[in-house]
Amino acid sequence: MTIRVTQPGLSTTVQDLGRPGYFHLGIPISGGMDRFALRAANLLVGNDEGAAVLEAVFMGPALEFTVDAIVAVTGAEMTPKVDDQLRETWTSFAVKAGQILSFEILKSGARAYIAIAGGIDVPMALGSRSTYSLGGLGGHEGRALVVDDELSLGQAGLGAKSGIHIAPKLRRSPGNPAELRMLPGLYWHRVTDVSGRNFFDDTWQVAPEADRIGYRFRGGRKLEFVDREQPFGAGSDPSNIVDGCYPYGSVQVPGGTEPIVLHRDAVSGGGYFMLGTVISADMDLIGQLQPHTATRFIEVTLEGAMKARRGRQNLLDELRASLD
Amino acid sequence: MARHQIISPLPGTFYNKPSPDQPSYKSEGDTVQVGDIVGLIEIMKTFHEVQSDAAGTIASFLVDNEEPIQAGQPLVELKL
Repeated sequence: MTIRVTQPGLSTTVQDLGRPGYFHLGIPISGGMDRFALRAANLLVGNDEGAAVLEAVFMGPALEFTVDAIVAVTGAEMTPKVDDQLRETWTSFAVKAGQILSFEILKSGARAYIAIAGGIDVPMALGSRSTYSLGGLGGHEGRALVVDDELSLGQAGLGAKSGIHIAPKLRRSPGNPAELRMLPGLYWHRVTDVSGRNFFDDTWQVAPEADRIGYRFRGGRKLEFVDREQPFGAGSDPSNIVDGCYPYGSVQVPGGTEPIVLHRDAVSGGGYFMLGTVISADMDLIGQLQPHTATRFIEVTLEGAMKARRGRQNLLDELRASLD
Repeated sequence: MARHQIISPLPGTFYNKPSPDQPSYKSEGDTVQVGDIVGLIEIMKTFHEVQSDAAGTIASFLVDNEEPIQAGQPLVELKL
């Protein structure tokens, strides 16, 4: 009941819906960057929505199966292959014992979710199977997969079968430019009115160093700060504050130059002001952004953010209903 | 003469040399063997070596040093 890693890809990690409840101790939630795609992959193979899957970024792994299994791949468009025969994404398919699952070159998106019926059976760490690589916690030995790793599988449900499909209208992917809705935050007053407008007017590009900790953007105009005497305990740069808590999705702009949106492996606090927070409904989209993708930040109100969250919940309900 | 393109397996930033103060891995007209390194791709704070998947002579580089690239983009054209 195992799969063996014959090629690891760029950075392939075990992820589930994460490890809430420890951020105050500096341990982030981790889990899939695109939770919608992760849930969809699990539903396609008859798993609980939060079962552990593999998250493969930009490049797929090659996996040798020692047992017959039902598999589904969602998220990024990276066409799966079973012994070099192409399979569809967002559609469950069978892999037989002895066969190898591998992937074509990435066509769009950034992260593929590979769900296997029964789920990846790594030990729970603080209530989750997610990998937090920076902290060496969870997943397979707290790290990304390497060649010859062996992963155990859980017991597949009776409902697991091939040919289950999710219609394109129930999938979500970023547009071009990608649009990320942001609620201005407590420190918005630190930038000038002109800079505040520029931030939303400018088109930014995803920096190549963007990762699970944070997505960095560049290419927009530098922010100008409102003059002040820096308070006691804050660093000397105008983008510094007295240390504060960093929410998931918060947008810090060190030195006023390159916004960083904190994501699932975020640090929990520090001394950079935050312009605002990307709303929860759009966090999944960030997980599918490739480097150099043109991106706009769109201002929303709290009411707008709540409405978007309901909309996303409704889409998930629709997805579940379509598979019943 | 047959041509072959080396395709980028990853999105990121392309570099034709191991570091800014070192010479290029390969130049136009150089011969390459399967497995020879022809460039680097920077992605997520890591550098990924691009190896030639064919033997031949480099006809041209299709991307410049430090150019943004997409997965699937041709990087180098070889004469086989």
